[in-house]
Amino acid sequence: MNLFKNFLFELQEITVLVFRAFTSLFSRPRYIRETIKQMDIIGVGSLPIVLLTGFFTGGVLILQTYPTLQYYGAQAEAGRAVATSLIRELGPVLSALMVSGRIGSAISAELGSMVVSQQIDAMRSLGTNPSRKLVAPRLIALIFMLPFLTVAADIFGLMGGGVVASTVYGQDYSQFISSVRNGISIQDIIGGVIKPLFFGLIIGSISCYKGLNTTGGTVGVGRSTTSAVVLASIVVIIVDFFLSKALQTILDIKPI
Amino acid sequence: MLSPTAAEETILEPETNSEAIPTDLEEAVDQPDRIIPAIEFQNVFLSFDDKVILDGLSFTVRRGETKIILGRSGGGKSTIIRLILGLLKPDDGQILIDGEDITDYNEEEMMRVRKKIGMIFQEGALFDSLSVYDNVAYRLHEQGVEEEEVEREVRRMLQFVDLEDAIDKMPDELSGGMRRRVGIARALVGDPQIVMFDEPTAGLDPPTARTICELAIKLRDLQDVSSIFVTHEMKNLEYLCSEYAIVDENGNVVFEEEGNRLCIINTEIMMLREGNIIFSGKEEELFANEDVYIKRFITGK
Repeated sequence: MNLFKNFLFELQEITVLVFRAFTSLFSRPRYIRETIKQMDIIGVGSLPIVLLTGFFTGGVLILQTYPTLQYYGAQAEAGRAVATSLIRELGPVLSALMVSGRIGSAISAELGSMVVSQQIDAMRSLGTNPSRKLVAPRLIALIFMLPFLTVAADIFGLMGGGVVASTVYGQDYSQFISSVRNGISIQDIIGGVIKPLFFGLIIGSISCYKGLNTTGGTVGVGRSTTSAVVLASIVVIIVDFFLSKALQTILDIKPI
Repeated sequence: MLSPTAAEETILEPETNSEAIPTDLEEAVDQPDRIIPAIEFQNVFLSFDDKVILDGLSFTVRRGETKIILGRSGGGKSTIIRLILGLLKPDDGQILIDGEDITDYNEEEMMRVRKKIGMIFQEGALFDSLSVYDNVAYRLHEQGVEEEEVEREVRRMLQFVDLEDAIDKMPDELSGGMRRRVGIARALVGDPQIVMFDEPTAGLDPPTARTICELAIKLRDLQDVSSIFVTHEMKNLEYLCSEYAIVDENGNVVFEEEGNRLCIINTEIMMLREGNIIFSGKEEELFANEDVYIKRFITGK
């Protein structure tokens, strides 16, 4: 019962935090420069790991599925298999997990150590609202940049798949590309870009909340960082399931 | 305000200056804001879960007065400061700043009140990612003040804490004492009339601690600032209660000890124990107090 109460309480606090951050956007001061800086850190900074993740995920998908498809004589459709699973699921989810590991931990550690060293109190006593100055720019940057990262990961994933298909299994590039083109529909792409918007919100709100609610000195910073990453990753995966179901219905995506 | 306030001299030298008292009173009536206390607590209760932190606390800090708050760690000293800044809300009772009831103010309304208050944190609480210049200029940058004026103000403040050389350094290049002095400079931007010190000398060597106390004395005697000074170091108490700052003929600030002629009356001590005030009064009264707990606190044994 206590666990349930805690869950509801945290949910309420996170909602309030997000609400405050978003309502602060409608009045001055707005921290545009800070937002752009965060976009640089979150977007450009995360690009290498997201691209690498995408490339090798695409590669391994081909590596594992190609022999099976070949068994049924359907190796021409290998590109289709990679494209569907990457763009619908793996691209958004893996990018979100990588970003939650890299950025979620950084945000909660940064905010957490600011709490512990009283910098948040100092900020408030100097007349700045932390949800305006710290939370809003990070949330906006995450929500804005994660779809781009996802698209980049998708593209590199397809490239990884193509490279493995041709070098390991000797498939022709043009065959791979045309199979990819047949495999993806516009609904897949829209769905694959809508998901990261939600994931960005989840990662940003959980890591900001955990960071700002750090207690117990430097040990507490470690604790809140860990719990931010773990919680954000789990919530991303759970929400992904329901989001997929909802998008299937709303966008009327065909199963194949 | 060049001497430790005119009122003190008149009280101590009534025979030479007997007309001064009604004049002062008239002046006070002419300036109603001098009568309204800078900070007032009315029966403030606060508890976390089952632990009572403040148990019906009432006190006032007058204009130009320094209130030293003594008490053991975890005795609610820092809580009082957080309540004044509105970082915490009391369970019951009222808190007044300049006669304005801030108890039910929301965050936006508090932002306005906080502009009147300068806050000095235990370890300085400087923003790690900003240089000394940007730290001190923080409040002005937030208000969108022109850069020229910002620079003038930052230099003036760093001069006040004697740290002009450190203007381009980052906080992690500074020593503990320097960090705190930068913290003081940052808090004093905009000349707040209320300044709060939260254990500003904890962990500092005696000469540096003395410098911090001198800054507090200068603020009190030369700038008419009302302040709360939370500490548990008896040395600070001695400095603040027995010395005053004046400007000599050459324009230098000098510190003089109270003696037979003058007695500092604008500094009071308040001692807390488990959320209650167990002592309130002057330094001399504190040292004369017979209470076992207070005696033990002063001597440490």
